[in-house]
Amino acid sequence: MMASSYSAKDEDGHITVTGPGGAALRSKKPENTAFKQQRLPAWQPILTAGTVLPAFFIIGLIFIPIGIGLFVTSNNIREFEIDYTGVDESSPCFNCSQNFSWNSTQPCTCSIPFSLEQSYENNVFMYYGLSNFYQNHRRYVKSRDDSQLNGHLGSLKQPSKECEPYAKHENKPIAPCGAIANSMFNDTLELFYNDPNGTKVLIPLRATGIAWWTDKHVKFGNPGDGLNLTAEFQGTTKPVNWRKPVYELDSDPLNNGFINEDFIVWMRTAALPTFRKLYRIISRKDNMVPTLLRGNYTLEVVYNYPVRSFEGRKRMILSTISWMGGKNPFLGIAYITVGSVCFFLGVVLLIIHHKYGNRNNSADISN
Amino acid sequence: MERLHWVRHRCRTLLAGNPEGGWHSAPDDLPNKSFLDAHCSLHRVRGKRRSVFARHGPHRQEYDTFSKSYKGNAIRTTKYRLLTFIPMNLFQQFHRAANLYFLFLALLNWVPAVEAFQKEITMIPLLVVLAVIAIKDALEDYRRYLFDRKVNNNVARVFCGKQKAYNDQCWKDVRVGDFVRLSCNEIIPADMLLLYSSDPRGVCYIETANLDGETNLKQRQVVSDLPLQGEEFTPESFPSRIECENPNNDLSRFRGYMEHPSGVRVGLHNSNLLLRSCTIRNTETVVGIVVYAGHETKAMMNNSGPRYKRSQLEKRLNTDILWCVVLLIIMCLTSAVGHGLWLKNLKDPVFGVNTDTSPALAGFYVFWTMIIVLQVLIPISLYVSIEIVKLGQIYFIHNDLDLYNEQLDSRIQCRALNITEDLGQIQYLFSDKTGTLTENKMVFCRCSIYGVEYPHVENARRLEVYEAEKNKAADHSVTLRSGCSAKSRSCRSLSCNRSSVSLHTLTADSEEEDEQLSNQIQARTSAFCSRMAKEVVPDPELVRKLNWFSSPLKEASSGTPSSLELAYITDFFLALTICNSVVVSSPSQPRHVVPEARTPLKSLEEIKLMFQRFSFPPFSALSTFSPPQIRGSPRNFTSRLFTRGKTGSFSPTANNATDGSEPGRDNDMDTPKLRCILDFSAPGEGGNVAQVEDDIKKDDIKDAKTSPDGPRQEVEVDSDSDVDDELLYEAESPDEAALVHAARAYRCTLRGRSPESLLVDLPGIGSLAVQLLHILPFDSNRKRMSVVVRHPLTGQVVVYTKGADSVIMDLAETSKGAEQAQEFHSHIKDQSQKHLDSYAREGLRTLCIAKKALEEEEYEAWLKRHLLAESSIENREELLLDSAQRLETNLTLLGTTGIVDRLQEDVPETIEALQRAGIKVWVLTGDKQETAINIAYACKLLRPNDRLLTANCGSKDACAAFLKELKLEVQCGQDGLTEAPAAGAHGESSSGSVSSFILVIDGQTLDWALQEELKRDFLELSSRCKAVLCCRSTPLQKSEVVRLIRDQLGVMTLAVGDGANDVSMIQMADVGIGISGQEGMQAVMSSDFAISRFKHLSKLLLVHGHWCYSRLANMILYFFYKNVMYVNLLFWYQFVCGFSGSVMTNSWVLILFNLIFTSVPPLIYGILDQDMPAETLKGVPELYQAAQTSKIYVPHMFWITVLDAFYQSLVCFFIPYFALTGSDVGILSFGSPINASALFIILLHQVLESHTLTWIHGLVLLLSGGSYFGFVLLFSVSCVTCSPPTNPLGVETLQMSQPLFYIICAVTTFTALLPRMLFRAVYSTVHRTAALKSSHVEKVESENYRKRMQRWNLSHYRVNRLPVCADNPGLEPSTASVVS
Repeated sequence: MMASSYSAKDEDGHITVTGPGGAALRSKKPENTAFKQQRLPAWQPILTAGTVLPAFFIIGLIFIPIGIGLFVTSNNIREFEIDYTGVDESSPCFNCSQNFSWNSTQPCTCSIPFSLEQSYENNVFMYYGLSNFYQNHRRYVKSRDDSQLNGHLGSLKQPSKECEPYAKHENKPIAPCGAIANSMFNDTLELFYNDPNGTKVLIPLRATGIAWWTDKHVKFGNPGDGLNLTAEFQGTTKPVNWRKPVYELDSDPLNNGFINEDFIVWMRTAALPTFRKLYRIISRKDNMVPTLLRGNYTLEVVYNYPVRSFEGRKRMILSTISWMGGKNPFLGIAYITVGSVCFFLGVVLLIIHHKYGNRNNSADISN
Repeated sequence: MERLHWVRHRCRTLLAGNPEGGWHSAPDDLPNKSFLDAHCSLHRVRGKRRSVFARHGPHRQEYDTFSKSYKGNAIRTTKYRLLTFIPMNLFQQFHRAANLYFLFLALLNWVPAVEAFQKEITMIPLLVVLAVIAIKDALEDYRRYLFDRKVNNNVARVFCGKQKAYNDQCWKDVRVGDFVRLSCNEIIPADMLLLYSSDPRGVCYIETANLDGETNLKQRQVVSDLPLQGEEFTPESFPSRIECENPNNDLSRFRGYMEHPSGVRVGLHNSNLLLRSCTIRNTETVVGIVVYAGHETKAMMNNSGPRYKRSQLEKRLNTDILWCVVLLIIMCLTSAVGHGLWLKNLKDPVFGVNTDTSPALAGFYVFWTMIIVLQVLIPISLYVSIEIVKLGQIYFIHNDLDLYNEQLDSRIQCRALNITEDLGQIQYLFSDKTGTLTENKMVFCRCSIYGVEYPHVENARRLEVYEAEKNKAADHSVTLRSGCSAKSRSCRSLSCNRSSVSLHTLTADSEEEDEQLSNQIQARTSAFCSRMAKEVVPDPELVRKLNWFSSPLKEASSGTPSSLELAYITDFFLALTICNSVVVSSPSQPRHVVPEARTPLKSLEEIKLMFQRFSFPPFSALSTFSPPQIRGSPRNFTSRLFTRGKTGSFSPTANNATDGSEPGRDNDMDTPKLRCILDFSAPGEGGNVAQVEDDIKKDDIKDAKTSPDGPRQEVEVDSDSDVDDELLYEAESPDEAALVHAARAYRCTLRGRSPESLLVDLPGIGSLAVQLLHILPFDSNRKRMSVVVRHPLTGQVVVYTKGADSVIMDLAETSKGAEQAQEFHSHIKDQSQKHLDSYAREGLRTLCIAKKALEEEEYEAWLKRHLLAESSIENREELLLDSAQRLETNLTLLGTTGIVDRLQEDVPETIEALQRAGIKVWVLTGDKQETAINIAYACKLLRPNDRLLTANCGSKDACAAFLKELKLEVQCGQDGLTEAPAAGAHGESSSGSVSSFILVIDGQTLDWALQEELKRDFLELSSRCKAVLCCRSTPLQKSEVVRLIRDQLGVMTLAVGDGANDVSMIQMADVGIGISGQEGMQAVMSSDFAISRFKHLSKLLLVHGHWCYSRLANMILYFFYKNVMYVNLLFWYQFVCGFSGSVMTNSWVLILFNLIFTSVPPLIYGILDQDMPAETLKGVPELYQAAQTSKIYVPHMFWITVLDAFYQSLVCFFIPYFALTGSDVGILSFGSPINASALFIILLHQVLESHTLTWIHGLVLLLSGGSYFGFVLLFSVSCVTCSPPTNPLGVETLQMSQPLFYIICAVTTFTALLPRMLFRAVYSTVHRTAALKSSHVEKVESENYRKRMQRWNLSHYRVNRLPVCADNPGLEPSTASVVS
């Protein structure tokens, strides 16, 4: 700004009419300050083999252990994944996947047996995974009304036009409106432990605590005081693909309506076309028994969600998590690789430094 | 905006243009004018003149009809008004392509099918840019407004019709036809015709420093024939009508006539016009009638505002921006096609919205969406940034202490604001000689009279001493000056004490006033009256001759001059004294007052008679002269003189007594005394030069010295007594001042000047009033000036002419008289020519002095025609020129002078440095070849073993052949040399070991060489030469040469000059530099940068030019990098979102990322980065060459940068991608680490690229990073439902609370920067770059500096102790060689 104000003075191009009355009495000598004379003490980051070399070694030394740590952590994570789309004819869900209709009243169920090779300690997170599902499509992402989801009454009755063409159905506003809500994942997954003695034990799945705290408590909210949802949602209609209205998602009033956690999780659109979303949590009961014992299990699916048309896949994932999230060896490998490359480059630079750096030094001295 | 400025400027020049046509030029430019100035339609229709009547005079009716259309005196330089600011400003801003692009994008986002972001978000960049520029414009405009208001509210005394008196009125209320009364030191409020001056002769002096920077006073004359001279002027009865030209911007021309009721027309010209914003000086009261007011005044019409040039770099930039557009289109097309294909393969997806649109149409929509999404790729904000950066660079250039001139108290002026980086690419430098390489402080050096040379050995020695002294005694000169100014201030207030009342009304602070005055006087006195120029040591031989007739004792000694020679000498000095336009002032007197013209003493009558005898009116009478015959008379003459002086000192009445005294009655007793005085005073003046260290001491000495002849002066010339040495000469050119001072050293003193007469002291004669008949002023066509006077002694009409030797020599024809005379003349001419040549060889400026005695009838005849010419309105200039040329024929050569024009300090060093920097230095001068070559030697442009190629051809064919021959020669020479210096040329081509070619070409040959057919030969030849000297070149040729080189070789040119003759060259070159020196301000006004010394060029180019260029080039590259890098992240995301145009970032963050978070660091980088320290750049000028050939900003650098950006964006996108793929990451959570690492990468990339990092850089980087995280966190906490569909609530807070975020950022940032870091390290190690060398050189440099300082201190100390040593130049601080 200093600069521009200066220019303004210079630019006005007046022929100074001020004459003797003018104010130009001070000496025009520029101030001798380090700033104005561009003599501020400066650090000159001249990168040479000599100066960069230690940095490379240090970074190598830091990155490789981190990488190993990450890799080990990732490897310690138990993860089990099962595809239940039913593409193959042999697959138990093949039938269900074939005849599909959003509005079928007859739920199609299928059960998939699987076995865990290892027992799962700690809390186990149960995900459903979708592939080739572009939740990040621009038009799809847009198709929601945050204000409605926040419980704003006006938006409830008058959904934003971003929701089009899922804003109104039969002249009633859709709640929740938009394509995201409309396409909500609606399979029901249940997990049974096949006790070696032959009984099927239903594993208790926790449906709360799967959404972000901020989403549940700040971003999403039911209209009104949220006590009588049926009344609050009066005059709205359910999304076209839904089987039941939003206020019947759960019996628990704290997990019903817009603050139903399954719904909230779905509404946070995934970044990539292959994604998983947290479905349930299998909490650890006590410290002595592993959460999931190794052995045979059965996954019971109420098959509602169609993915075959766009060659999508549906998966169920069981996973423990660590401080760095789910299982992903990539970061560990990346760190190890980058660290090793740094080390290698450090050596190369060392050679270069020896070859050229010394010559320079001697030249310096001779001068 | 530039364009608009340009158009405005164009319009104004068109409007003001009115070329040389005068009254009768082609009428085709009328329409132009009328559409531009609807107000003035009335008098446009009336033709090209305006009629002015007195507002309160008898012609009220006419006044009302005519003056309605004339503008008032209020000025408004603001572009906007308060109410219309926003629409006007917006209108102007949308002239920019960049803003239109933004507007297009903003509008595009309103198309529903294409819409990428929320509608308001795409408006932000546009709004920000508009707001920034609007604020800048508003501030500028407000400043103008304040200034206008101040000017408009200045008070002037204007005649009021009702009260019949002069009342105070604001300037803005002054109208055409008003009478304005001004006092001394007041500023003229509008262009006025001078009608009355308190000066009895009707003159008035104005100072035009505000207008053109010239500090000498200009004389203005009351309109001739006005009946009311001498008494107070009565405006209410002013009956005349004034017809004059329409307003134009030609400061030096004004034509018109005043028609009295009687029908008599009186011509008006420039010398009747008082120009707005000039200052009245030395005249108590003036009254004028306003003819042009406000914006129609010449001062305002000349005010063309800043210059707009397009820099080379910006032109290059545009091609790269085009590449960016190509890149953008490719990316958008990819997305469009990708989306189409993706959609085609997709059947009935759950997530589908609007699946009924055909893939092709959807692809088409996506194309436009992507243009919005990737808009940042076109670095439109770059233009705004570049502008800001250049302002910053200008700020630093302007504040550089090294470019500040202590003596003149002037900084560098940056008039063009947008070509700073061109300074770093100069390849050819065209320099004027006089005033540019040299001081233009002329010092009389030697002369030749009557064919006899007077070498002035003492004087030459003095100059040397002075030179040696100059460096050391800088502070002394300051004290000297201030002492002088203090004196002049006191006397100024004496002379103008009456005006101080009005001064108070102008500004309340009279203290300031005084100071300002003294400043101006200080500047003025130091301008041409440098101590060095004043104190000429006379040549003893010449003094002897001049005093010969006053010292009869020497009669017998050898070398007695003939009477003819004496007459020559006397005439020569008389010519030096009076043939000029010097204004004399002495501190104790207002300068226009001629010291009371004492009636010549009666005794002089006789002297005159005698003088007439040895004068030589008809040269045929030469033979009648014989030395013995007149030998007696001088004695008588002197004795008489002497008697007069002597008796005068005792009683004035005794003068009469001497009248009767016989020539033979010498008073022997007094003779020695007079001689003593003469002898004493002569060395006295020179003698104190050595001791002038202390002005007080000097004054003491002077007092002591002047005391012996004090009594004489007291009686005879009362005002001289203590003023003797304090006459101030204000000359239009330094040559004139030098000659007047030289004459004064021989006691031929110009004491005063009035329009009709000059008061001159002659040695031994005393004060004489010389009747001044005419002055034919200097013009560059005639190359001479003349005065016509009535000779004080002979009473004849004599023309004294002073001019360039070439012209005078041609005009000095031998008269048709006797053979003897002819022979005699040609002898003098030959001798003089010989001397002239030798002067030129020494690098002196030569002038010839000639005279011509006119018969009365002859004069009468000429006078008649001259008066006719003077009073004519049409073609006045041509007629006057004709008239002058008629008079200046058949001159008798009196003698020649050699004036030394010393080199400015450090010129050789500067030129050497520039040459080492690979800049070809050409000198274009109007001087003689010999002079030019000598100056070239002096300033080391030429070195002893350089080979000089001189091209002086008589005809075009010869020229063609000669050029070919020279080319061949040069080729041979160079072929022989190429092997040897191939290695050495790199570093030490300038060391002088290799001889190179210097072309010297004279004006005429240049003319031929510039013609179409020979152009190529000339170019080829000159481009092989190290330097080219063009002598005797005209201003037009100068600009032609510059144009030739600039256009044909396509190189960056710089022209530097100081005078009006350099203006065309300065305007032609890519960079024009004006030197604000002795010759007014024309050069400065047309320049891009104005400096005060030539030596500043080296810092300006080598340091600032280099910096500005490298800064800007690097910043531009960085800008491209930044945009490509960031935009590509979005592009890569398209591959995983079905090319649908999704973004993984909150749209606010996306837009603000470039606009705020990463916008300031590049600016700081562009303003503050120093790729090498200033000392290194100065010490190793070769470093300049990198920028010259635009090595930093070359196409491949652009592509390397773009590739690097691609790589970085790939890393920055795909490491997070692989780290998060398959997980439950949401869109914004996915974008969060990508954005953060992009920010880190972009900021750290800058750190890598920066050459220097100061705390400012640190602060700015921290603030940038901080602002991003601050914004993002705040946003993610507070934004509940805002910014759909990318609502950021909770995203960043959650992300940043997880270690994964940091793990990803760390590896991404490092991996992205790894290659560049590695490349930099390896490159700078393997190629030991100058950067490293520089730190080494710096060490050596500081060591050198320390040593030099030690030595300097030592010598300084010694000098202080033993003043004698000051003579010894050996003790001058030696400039140690900078780099080995």
